[in-house]
Amino acid sequence: MIEQNLSLLLVVVPLLAAPIAAMLPNGRLPWLLALAVSWLCFILAAWQLMVVIDGDVIQYSLGGWAPPWGIEYRIDALNAIVALLVAAIAAVTLPYALLSIEQEINKEQLSLFYSVFLLCFVGLLGITQTGDIFNLFVFLEISSLSAYALIAMGRDRRALTAAFQYMIMGTIGATFFLIGVGLTYVETGTLNMLDLNQRLQPILEHRTVHTGFAFMVVGIALKLALFPLHLWLPNVYTYAPTAISVFLAATATKVAVYVMLRVVFGVFSNDFVSITPADDLFLLLGVIGVILASAAAISQHDVKRMLAYSSVAQISYMVLGMGFASVYGLTASIVHIFNHALMKGALFMAVGIIVYRIGSSRFKDMAGLGRQMPWTFAAIFIAGLSLIGVPGTAGFISKWYLMLAAIEQQAWPVALAILIGSLLAVIYMWKLIETLFFEKAEQHEIGQGVQQRSEAPLSLLLPLWLLVLANIYFGIETQVLLKATATAVDLLGVADYHE
Amino acid sequence: MSDTALLLTALCLPLFAVLGITLTSRWPNLREAVTLMSSALLSIAVFTIYMRFSGGAVFAIDIAEPLPGLMLRFEIEPLGMLLALVTSTLWFVTAIYAIGYMRKHNEENQTRFYALFAIAIGSALGAAFSGNLLTLFLWYEVLTVSTYPLVAHAGTKKARDGARTYIGILLTTSILFQLFAILITYSVAGTLDFSDGGILAGKLDPAWAGLLYALFIFGIGKAAVMPFHRWLPAAMVAPTPVSALLHAVAVVKVGVFTVLKVTVYIFGTDFITSSGASDWLIWFAGATILLASLVAMTQDNLKLRLAYSTISQLSYIVLGALLATDMGLLGGTMHIAMHAFAKITLFFAAGAILVAAHKTEISQLDGLGRQMPLTFVFFTIGACSIIGLPPFGGMWSKWYLAMGTLEAGQWVMLAVLLMSSLLNIAYLLVIPARAFFSQAREKNAYSGGEAPVSCLIAMAISSMMCIYLFIYPEPFYTLASMLVKQAP
Amino acid sequence: MIDVIIGHYNYWIVIVLMMAGFYTVISRGNLIKKIVGLNIFQTSVFLLYISIGYVSDGTAPIIAEGFTRYSNPLPHVLILTAIVVGVATTALGLALVIRIKEAYGTIEEDDIHNQDESL
Repeated sequence: MIEQNLSLLLVVVPLLAAPIAAMLPNGRLPWLLALAVSWLCFILAAWQLMVVIDGDVIQYSLGGWAPPWGIEYRIDALNAIVALLVAAIAAVTLPYALLSIEQEINKEQLSLFYSVFLLCFVGLLGITQTGDIFNLFVFLEISSLSAYALIAMGRDRRALTAAFQYMIMGTIGATFFLIGVGLTYVETGTLNMLDLNQRLQPILEHRTVHTGFAFMVVGIALKLALFPLHLWLPNVYTYAPTAISVFLAATATKVAVYVMLRVVFGVFSNDFVSITPADDLFLLLGVIGVILASAAAISQHDVKRMLAYSSVAQISYMVLGMGFASVYGLTASIVHIFNHALMKGALFMAVGIIVYRIGSSRFKDMAGLGRQMPWTFAAIFIAGLSLIGVPGTAGFISKWYLMLAAIEQQAWPVALAILIGSLLAVIYMWKLIETLFFEKAEQHEIGQGVQQRSEAPLSLLLPLWLLVLANIYFGIETQVLLKATATAVDLLGVADYHE
Repeated sequence: MSDTALLLTALCLPLFAVLGITLTSRWPNLREAVTLMSSALLSIAVFTIYMRFSGGAVFAIDIAEPLPGLMLRFEIEPLGMLLALVTSTLWFVTAIYAIGYMRKHNEENQTRFYALFAIAIGSALGAAFSGNLLTLFLWYEVLTVSTYPLVAHAGTKKARDGARTYIGILLTTSILFQLFAILITYSVAGTLDFSDGGILAGKLDPAWAGLLYALFIFGIGKAAVMPFHRWLPAAMVAPTPVSALLHAVAVVKVGVFTVLKVTVYIFGTDFITSSGASDWLIWFAGATILLASLVAMTQDNLKLRLAYSTISQLSYIVLGALLATDMGLLGGTMHIAMHAFAKITLFFAAGAILVAAHKTEISQLDGLGRQMPLTFVFFTIGACSIIGLPPFGGMWSKWYLAMGTLEAGQWVMLAVLLMSSLLNIAYLLVIPARAFFSQAREKNAYSGGEAPVSCLIAMAISSMMCIYLFIYPEPFYTLASMLVKQAP
Repeated sequence: MIDVIIGHYNYWIVIVLMMAGFYTVISRGNLIKKIVGLNIFQTSVFLLYISIGYVSDGTAPIIAEGFTRYSNPLPHVLILTAIVVGVATTALGLALVIRIKEAYGTIEEDDIHNQDESL
């Protein structure tokens, strides 16, 4: 009984906290409230995962109205993993945000900032909790709108244009999704995802269903920055406030990947996917995304921008897993949702620390900084290894499954593309590592007044190292994650690959 | 102490060393004592393990299960035992050497140096004791990344470029080829455990065995088979103790060790012979042996010449593996030990010359033997062992390798081995010859004394080992024979 | 054939509006015009939903004496929600435009781009 209320609490608590945060005086109180909420949600999400890890499902009917007429919250292993991820990232980012945000945002805006942050949090959690597809759209828009606002608070004025561009593209994407929902509603008369799945089975051949599917997939693809719909991402990650880059890089696109998984496999089912060109399209776009985005990352002058392109490449890996549509493939996608959040979160935090100290994230301004900031440098080194996929780190686990999925289906070009993606990652990560390690002949003076080439304060380092150590931990102890993933894949109805 | 506890202690000792070194960074003498003590303790621990192992004890530990069905596993077998013995004893010897070298050379960042050194040795040890291919690959990669800062230590542009080549080639080969090969092996065999007789026989179509084997051989970049050998000369920008222990011993030996492990325990020598997997790869090994020797002759920089010599010698071991015969394996395995002791002596000497006389090029060494007689005597001993002359240990491994080529009917390879020995004489012995018998050129005249004492002690130990191993090739011969006996 | 065009006139209107809105978003450089285009685009979707909810010979979905056929109320509800979302988006967009005007002095996309390029 109590588990059902848990799932509701995950959405209600931050929702209530958001307006309260707006009313608190500027200072540290709003931050404290957000911190407490995020930690509470983390505990709730962990509890939730433990309940559903073996295949149970939590169901909560909003307002007591039974599904499929009422809105239902339905938690199984798949959304529990993602919900835990979102809560965990928020719980780790907020301690980091204390100093980082204070430096980047006007004092008068602090309470509003944390209020909108909580709204974004609500939106993301809501996406993971709900079992109703229109409700999903609503939460998607909640999280997106608040994200646009958060991004626009960045120091650089280009944050404004980045937020505007994201808003335009994101709204188009969400509207496409809405069209897709409408078309499937026309065909089935229901909005409940489980019910949709059952009602779609006998009519999978209808053209309307195909059209609805196409609209939904394209809409979600815009949100998850699948090549070539990724154009908003580099600007957003580069110019948003640092803590927001950390948070969004680790959650927003991952939640979109979850939505794609849920819609493609949970609502439309694996059988449907094989009669559409969707899986081949995912494979093709995934491969192109991996290669082009990684190559683009290499030529960047700004570290944040480089990491943004790297994120596009990593998301392409997740899409590749979906394209294989096998147990190995989906396992790779889901595991990488988790692992990528860890590694990118750590990397953005580390870059944020550098920005906090020297006010810039350009390569040429941080030459030799590794010697004055050894802990940050070590963190970048280890997180970079995870990104490359060195064994002993979380990134290796995802790569392993992805490669096995490719080899199983004898998709040799794709396997090669995945390996080349790793090599390109070596190049751009090593560019960063080299820059930090080796001194340059002349030292640069940076325009901003703040410049202090020394190690970061503890409240910034601790969350960073927590994520870094998580990278190593989840590279070795994978029991819980793999169990949850196996349950999730099973529930999505995907079986082992057969010839 | 129980077997398991002993093994865990040995594996964790380098970790504690790192801790100790970072904590005592402000007191250099104390810090160096930590390194010395840790390496001494490790040598004792590994030797104790050897005593128990040769008495029949079985050491196996499962640490974790990162992937379903694939453990992080440590298990001792003869090859790994041999590598562990070589690495741990030579860490101790190098520690003695490094103290004199780093201080005389006024190196910066010495704490970072010693700490990373310990991590690298730990990884080599982890690789030696790995019980399956996944664990081995993990330590292989950790070794690569932990030695990067050591290669880049000097912080100069030259160091940066050298380190870039180093990590570039090693990571590219390991990700593009080796990881690919491991994944294919896992898909085909369903396991990655090391087993007598290999895990692929009967599961892999023999037609593909050659391709998979090639992916492994080229993927194990640390074995420096051409054309993926350039990282080794590039790594010579590192301080000499690094070049000595890591790039004459630990890193490269982990490379050929992996080749041998894959040959014996993944493929199985029978499967290799029956499928003809190594037929065309043997030419690459042979070519590397000869070409590297030829290039070595053209190098004036002492460390570079030694680097190319190492590339050539490594392919001796690779050849021994590829031949997949009893004698070949015996020779190749023993050469891991013989070459390690000999080459480290040569590198020690090179470093001593650098640090005492500030000379790096061979052409500058004329007549130096008169000022640094001991150094050059040790150099000669090491060189003779590499060439394979009695009464030095290298003779045994060369002998068995030659026998191996005969056993496999590879006459061309026999000729390659003989020719290579001649080339070795040409490019190695000429150095002490000129040092002792030529006149020093006026402008380069050096009138100082010998190398620092600790360097001399280290060189003495390693060169004496070369002679000792000729008379008593135990425990390396024992271990190599054990390997051959259990590999069907 | 005529039947297809006349019978499905709601879909045609939706398509025309959708494409008009989408085209405006893409082709116009003025930020306000983009927001306008976005609104038209979203409105077309609202019309889609509402029009498909209509049941032939049905009346407004409010229970009243003597009527047995009602149009489907669910799409109406969905659209109300979507309109709210649209309003919020427009409001946010306009707020951003004001801030952009303050920061750049212009709301033409090309000029903004030029200003950024010169950085």
